[in-house]
Amino acid sequence: MTQNSDETLLNIIGLNAEFHTPAGTILANKNVSLSLPRGQTLGIVGESGSGKSVLCRSILGLIPSPPGSITGGEIWFDGQDLLKLTEDQMEHIRGVEIAMILQDPMTSLNPVWRIGDQITEVLRVHGKISARESREIGIQLLQRVAIASPEKRIDEYPHRLSGGMRQRVMIAMAIASRPKLLLADEPTTALDVTIQDQILKLMLDLQENVGMSIILVSHDMGVVAETSDMVVIMYAGQVMEQAATEAIFHRPQHPYTVGLLNSIPRMEVETKRLLPIQGQPPDLLKLPLGCPFSERCSVATPDCPETPIVLREVLPGHLTACLYPERAGR
Amino acid sequence: MSETVLEVQNLTKVFEQPRPFFDYLMRRPAQELVAVDGVSFKIQRLATLGLVGESGCGKTTLGRCILRLYESTSGRILFEGQDITHLNAKEMQSVRRRMQVIFQDPYSSLTPRMTVRQALTEVLRFHKITPSDQEEAYLYRLLEMVGLNRDAADKYPRSFSGGQRQRIGLARALAVRPTLLIADEPVSALDVSIQAQILNLLADLRDELGLTVLFVAHELSVVQHVSNSMAVMYLGQIIEAGTTEEVFQASLHPYTEGLLRALPRPVPGKRDRQAAVEGDIPSPLNMPSGCRFHTRCPIAEEICKTQSPPLREISTTHQVLCHLRPSRDWNGERAGS
Repeated sequence: MTQNSDETLLNIIGLNAEFHTPAGTILANKNVSLSLPRGQTLGIVGESGSGKSVLCRSILGLIPSPPGSITGGEIWFDGQDLLKLTEDQMEHIRGVEIAMILQDPMTSLNPVWRIGDQITEVLRVHGKISARESREIGIQLLQRVAIASPEKRIDEYPHRLSGGMRQRVMIAMAIASRPKLLLADEPTTALDVTIQDQILKLMLDLQENVGMSIILVSHDMGVVAETSDMVVIMYAGQVMEQAATEAIFHRPQHPYTVGLLNSIPRMEVETKRLLPIQGQPPDLLKLPLGCPFSERCSVATPDCPETPIVLREVLPGHLTACLYPERAGR
Repeated sequence: MSETVLEVQNLTKVFEQPRPFFDYLMRRPAQELVAVDGVSFKIQRLATLGLVGESGCGKTTLGRCILRLYESTSGRILFEGQDITHLNAKEMQSVRRRMQVIFQDPYSSLTPRMTVRQALTEVLRFHKITPSDQEEAYLYRLLEMVGLNRDAADKYPRSFSGGQRQRIGLARALAVRPTLLIADEPVSALDVSIQAQILNLLADLRDELGLTVLFVAHELSVVQHVSNSMAVMYLGQIIEAGTTEEVFQASLHPYTEGLLRALPRPVPGKRDRQAAVEGDIPSPLNMPSGCRFHTRCPIAEEICKTQSPPLREISTTHQVLCHLRPSRDWNGERAGS
């Protein structure tokens, strides 16, 4: 554990991100607020279209504009509001202070660059080391992510590596500059289950050594349960619930969270029937004024689609956007 | 009940790799990739067999060989007592009516230019399922069966979400009243909440229509949920097979154990930092000697590196391909009986 572990590293307040499409404007993030203490892992769970990837890109200032734009809110990272920084300042933040790994290790490495050059590029660009040192540091980094015979691998091209190894290389690149925050957007979704297990454990080990915070975006409640200290549940661009991992899984305060938990086939439980969430994923162009989940919610009341939702604290440290969390049940 | 619908005997599928031009000139033989290697299993009527394994283990190839979308290199496929391994295209037509498939990707397995009505009607007419005056009624019944509205009939696939498309795929497969349904990763591309809907639907229709199902997937928890027996594949071979209880509660093969341990469970609490299975899956072009799992196996001994493991029958249903499990000098006594 690092010192000041209760200090907040990242605090997002009321973030709005829009995308303009021919069919209309989509609010991909609507009034998103969350905070992440130093050295902790925050899991963001949501289904496709819930705005979890847009949130990560907003933090890094990578929303393509047009069609996208951030129309409101603040992103406080380590004492500064990222939305107020110039592009030059953001360039320093990206890669040095905040690093990101993406879902698809097959396409996020440059196929015509050697592994070693890609890993240490960030250090060379930001002027921390000479080209001569970079090879040595590259080998050390590959060792840290447990790649066998790193002195050989460092001169190879990405096509020679398996999916799991490429994701290890991505992680080596991400930790090269000892970032304070690592954004991992579905880092193991494309990997097999035994390889996923290896990569998640590697990330947790490195977190302890480097002392960084992690935001882990996933659609898999299992992955989040095993890795995160806190969980944020997103639906249709909005935060539905935020709490410590234990609380989310044992005392969920939102019917959507309950629905997600009931949808998972569990090996421990001998139920032969799942309890799915009814209905279809939301159409982001036609969201109700109130709770976006209300049309699929089994305990919704007539005022749910009408009353705009606000995230509020119902138990210490446990935030929910549900008007009637006592009805969430399990 | 005990009638066998599908039996696969010693099935092998070898793909010849494309040869570099120089190798061709030098008359060097093409490299061979053994995707499925001597696989045998049976599925009884009304049963569901879950076939699991990681990418590259040959589970999809196996499914396609059974459908005769690939020609098997050797071995036999018996479907409802008939050897279909070498039937010609004409003869396969009636077999295909009784053997249907749904695929992983609901986005690419529907023709974008056909409405649901056109896609389903085509199947009905081709296989002469209903007289033309009952076509429409049957179509609506199909849609209702998979949980879609009537007005879905005249829409194009693009206006449906992933889960709805998978329902359409299911309607198309079931339109011809098959006996065997091969489901190749049917829920892997879907969101969790939708995945549960489709799994329930699949289970309901299976019971209602009396389907026999071969369920191919990489997710153990999903397979466990729908299957009564399971087969675990690794690099082209079935390394453990049994009833779902045997494989999940009394698994013997170190790979099965590793898969089960590697699965993230939706129960909070940080676990053991030791990875469940170390290392990468070897390339099937460069198959390990002896037991194929020995390069990653935590309990491998000398014998595993050199000799192929024996297939051990633990019970009439439970088999394991391992030198060391249940024990090294295991002599065929059935455990616990």
